Amino acid sequence: MKFVNFINKLDKRWIYLLIALVVIIPFVFPVGCPMKITPPVQSIYNYIEDSIPENGVLLLGVDYDPSTMAELHPMAKALTYHAFYNNVRVLFVTMFPQGSGMGQDIINRTLEHWNSINPDMPKELGKDITLLAYVPGFSAVILKMGENIPATFNEDAYGNKLDNLSVMEGIKTYDDIDYMVEFSGSSVVLSWLIYANGRYNLKMGIGTTAVSAAEYYNYLQSGQANGLLGGLKGAAEYEKLLTDKHDFSGRNDASVGMDAQSAAHILFILLIILGNITFFIKKHQEGK
Amino acid sequence: MKITFFLIFMSVFLFAQDNQGSVPTDSTVISELSFIESFIVSDMGSDDGTALRVKWIFADHTKIKNHIRLYREIESDTARELLCDITTSTNEYIDKNLCREESYRYSLVTLDSVGAEMPGIISTDYIKPKANYFKTNKIILLLMILIYTSVIVILVETVKKGKVLFVRKISGLDTLDEAVGRATEMGRPVLYVPGSSTMSDIATIASLNILGPVAKKIAEYDTRLIVPNRDPIVMTVAKEVVKESYSEAGRPDAYTDNDVFFLTDSQFGYAAAISGIMTREKPATNLLLGMFWAESLIIAEAGNTTGAIQIAGTDAVTQLPFFITSCDYTIIGEELYAASAYLSREPLLMGTLKAQDYFKGMIIFFICIYLIFLIISTIFGGDVSFLNKILEIIKFIFKS
Amino acid sequence: MFIRRTLPLLIAGFFGIAMIIQFFIPHPASRTFYNMVLDWIIIVSAFTYLMAVQSTVELHTTKIKRRVDGWQYSLIVLISLGITAFIGILGGAFTPSTFLMKLIPAFKPSSTSPLMYTYLYMQVPMQSTIFSLLAFYMASAAFRSFKARSFDATMLLLTAAIVTIGRVPLGEFIYKDFPEIVEWILKYPNMAAQRGILIGVELGIIATSLKIILGIERKYLGGGK
Repeated sequence: MKFVNFINKLDKRWIYLLIALVVIIPFVFPVGCPMKITPPVQSIYNYIEDSIPENGVLLLGVDYDPSTMAELHPMAKALTYHAFYNNVRVLFVTMFPQGSGMGQDIINRTLEHWNSINPDMPKELGKDITLLAYVPGFSAVILKMGENIPATFNEDAYGNKLDNLSVMEGIKTYDDIDYMVEFSGSSVVLSWLIYANGRYNLKMGIGTTAVSAAEYYNYLQSGQANGLLGGLKGAAEYEKLLTDKHDFSGRNDASVGMDAQSAAHILFILLIILGNITFFIKKHQEGK
Repeated sequence: MKITFFLIFMSVFLFAQDNQGSVPTDSTVISELSFIESFIVSDMGSDDGTALRVKWIFADHTKIKNHIRLYREIESDTARELLCDITTSTNEYIDKNLCREESYRYSLVTLDSVGAEMPGIISTDYIKPKANYFKTNKIILLLMILIYTSVIVILVETVKKGKVLFVRKISGLDTLDEAVGRATEMGRPVLYVPGSSTMSDIATIASLNILGPVAKKIAEYDTRLIVPNRDPIVMTVAKEVVKESYSEAGRPDAYTDNDVFFLTDSQFGYAAAISGIMTREKPATNLLLGMFWAESLIIAEAGNTTGAIQIAGTDAVTQLPFFITSCDYTIIGEELYAASAYLSREPLLMGTLKAQDYFKGMIIFFICIYLIFLIISTIFGGDVSFLNKILEIIKFIFKS
Repeated sequence: MFIRRTLPLLIAGFFGIAMIIQFFIPHPASRTFYNMVLDWIIIVSAFTYLMAVQSTVELHTTKIKRRVDGWQYSLIVLISLGITAFIGILGGAFTPSTFLMKLIPAFKPSSTSPLMYTYLYMQVPMQSTIFSLLAFYMASAAFRSFKARSFDATMLLLTAAIVTIGRVPLGEFIYKDFPEIVEWILKYPNMAAQRGILIGVELGIIATSLKIILGIERKYLGGGK
């Protein structure tokens, strides 16, 4: 009974400390568990690998801010590298001002790393990849892109006219974009699904946080989205697919976090079990 | 009356089609290549006049060994443009981004084993794409909208005539009075969070609908109401709603403009700020109603630690579990939309609420029918033709 | 009264019905109207940022004037707002502006702009930290609230436990088919429940939108009838 009372009255800060330790320690002492690739992740990979021709266009929607970058940034980076390996042009677009910073960060990191490991196949800003300028309006921007992309943005985020960029050659509407993957932890994904896919038949995949991933299985089943990257695990699976096929020497941000996530999840289960044990003991005692 | 006018208005567009555009122009030239049974170009239909549909039928796919190419010519220009190499698995090509003022014709050419073009070419006549006035492929969708609108209008009229419509108890909304009363007794404020989204989100509008009656009750009890906002437009509307409610309660003097304010548009900055408000102001009642995302647990847990009574409501399905565990009452999904009708009992709103329910009932009915027929059809090995027909019709209706 | 109530209702009704009709008409004239309205929405959206700034400045200025508790933080907010706007406008967004490069020759076109520096080294860590609180709150919520009080709660707990373990590599290590079980749960029971709620929610959205267009719902104008 003393133990039950102790657990019931346990200060939350002890739990917070446990969580902190359980997350930090695996980063210092990694274990590395094997990982199976789930079909929704494989679908996105297969589509980019097999269905986008060379010099095709991949549109990546970076509609997230630094709070969800831990889960979504690795996905966006992995897909950018995949596009580079297949000589596919990459366009970043965002509906949030903070998303521009995220897009810019991905472009800087991927270009720098790619050009350092592949000096014979360099990628260039404006020629192979760019970030479209931020335009406020949200759904209106998504709809307007279906009519005329250059007219919607005029410039990229760096102030270059889109007509002068070779990465934008031949791109007028969604019909000229081979595939789009939308990264977001909020319901912006729905706007892209409803407007870009529903109205303009843009082929789409979704990259979202783990908590939101369950919501999008509807759209996966109906075929509105052809694949889904859910949370850090989704990003880690994609990194594994890339690493298996290509000599990818970059830091696998998501895979590194898998040990910590595994440990944290086990701790949650143990806490739930402990909480329930004390609940039942107390209930039994009160019943007496 | 409104619906009749709308129907007549739509019929004008539906039937006033440009006939030339809606009648496919068959242009089949006698085939010189025997394996091509038919080669037709027609206007795309239901578009703005920038697309043509090219269709072909091969007699026997297995015998075709040649590569086949599709070319396009513009009447004002003699040059022939290669469109694509045809595979025997396809029988259609949609040519887009055409000019409405130009006429186009299409040709099929076969290639030999070394890739040289063989003599013999099949061509269509010249055809001009036509702009249409109505998307005939969306007629079912239009009918659904009209039916839904009609049901709303009919039920609103029914309620106006005095008929009482039953609405089941929603416990989260019933306890609003009690929650406000608790805050008054404790002499602490009520915190109302109208969600993290903008005015374009229906959940935010639903939340502001609840804010009105809540603010009125609070004004009557002379309790302080704090309404932090993430969006400036939502803040502007919330100010108006609260001010109006205080006036309706006869307490315009009690309204404090600074208690309805804009915090930040940053998602987690907003959550952090609300947590801070909860810790400092220690409200007795927290009302978290609207659209929330990942910050929902931060807000709900922060409120839980202060010991406030919490009523949450959202249509964000993924956040409901967090609210259910951390809050005393949770309003789920469309109960939030029903709230304005439920609290005010206004005939117009009650009628709309019932219309929603009837339409949902209709969808459930069709799902059940489809499921039953599908099971029966599967049991009989898919051989029951009339069942298959019904299944196709239901699928067609809802796929539109 | 006409400007505050009637005119907004007329505008909402007219544009609501016009855009519904426009959806069904593919004619070029309809598309021109559609593109024009989209441009207008984009322009109006840009102005909402001005309102956001005005509201923030007004709120915090009032707090400073009245010396309410925590007014110093309002001062920090206003100073930060000013500095960020200043370095963004004069210093450039992603790359240093020409003006900045002339003023401080150390800045080159390939350098990180001051605004981007602020974003990467102040905003990113702060926002990431706030989001990381979720992990702690979730742990305390799991411990405190996730109790098997009833049959439904027990089923919920068991499903949550299976999905929690199955969504990490350790789950696959424990039992090799855990990921398949989790995929099944997400693809069938979860999807069915979500779709049921989604249908109801979407019908509610359509009904509310129709109410706004037809002028039945007027709360968004600011309360009253």
